[in-house]
Amino acid sequence: MIGLIGKKVGMTSFYNEEGRQLPCTLIQAGPCFITQVKTEETDGYNAVQVAFDDAKEKNTSKPMQGHFAKSGVSPKHKLVEFRDFDLEANLGDELGVDLFEEGDIVSVVGTSKGKGFQGVVKRHGFRGVGDRTHGQHNRLRAPGAIGMASTPSRVLKGQRMAGRTGGKRVKTQGLEIVKVLADKNLILIKGNVPGARGSYVVIEQ
Amino acid sequence: MDILREVTQSLVAESSELPKFQAGDNVTVYYRIKEGSKERVQPFRGDVIQIKGGSNNPNRTFTVRKISSGIGVERIFPMNCPNIDKVVVNKYGKVRRARIFYLRELSGKKARIKERRYKKES
Repeated sequence: MIGLIGKKVGMTSFYNEEGRQLPCTLIQAGPCFITQVKTEETDGYNAVQVAFDDAKEKNTSKPMQGHFAKSGVSPKHKLVEFRDFDLEANLGDELGVDLFEEGDIVSVVGTSKGKGFQGVVKRHGFRGVGDRTHGQHNRLRAPGAIGMASTPSRVLKGQRMAGRTGGKRVKTQGLEIVKVLADKNLILIKGNVPGARGSYVVIEQ
Repeated sequence: MDILREVTQSLVAESSELPKFQAGDNVTVYYRIKEGSKERVQPFRGDVIQIKGGSNNPNRTFTVRKISSGIGVERIFPMNCPNIDKVVVNKYGKVRRARIFYLRELSGKKARIKERRYKKES
């Protein structure tokens, strides 16, 4: 696996060679730094810890400052671990968008936009109950029945109901990299990625 | 947001410059179409009924309306679309608003647009 941490900049469009306009998401990915290399012998598994986005020293706790000092990297906001990193990784190494090439298929992980408390129609794609008219008056977006009668006389666990929606970790797979702007550490990905503008995303392959 | 605009601008920068036109003008858009391996240019002639997006917006579009065998057809073109071969302004129209959607409800003689005549800039 290879991967980078980035920040969603926003969406735009891109014209490919055929002149087709593609919807694209721009991601500021990097410079990322390697802050820890985990190995089978010392940690029980192989992984690489990557850091992104400069933080002020005064906003970084003393233990974390020590952690960053070990790899000689200035304090960062976001740390992400990648299992079984495919590239040779040394402490303090810089990773940029040149890890990826145009045409690569990647996955992007982000935190989806919070939607608040939502009903079952929006949250789980239920279709509501019955008709809009014909005497019906308050069941349009209702969940309908939620279980059986006296056996089992309770609602089964995991029954889909209304509640907090969004704000969850979401992974979108099969996204194509359209353009890599190595000098600015920007990456252009076809389609949309989870999360709001300015939120952290993880690009992995 | 500034990075976004900058990048979008840089991606479309090399596309051709279009002549100046505004809502009410009659234009012909020469649009390149790929059919299999062949490429041909298809003209689309009609009135510009709106231009969407500010003058420095790289994603601005314009809408052209024409009457094709009795049926109104509108087509939206991105200003920076690489498939636009060229745009020719046939007539400059005199209209009072930037978006002349009222044209959709009109037909026949009512749907004409007065021509705007320029004094030659010397």
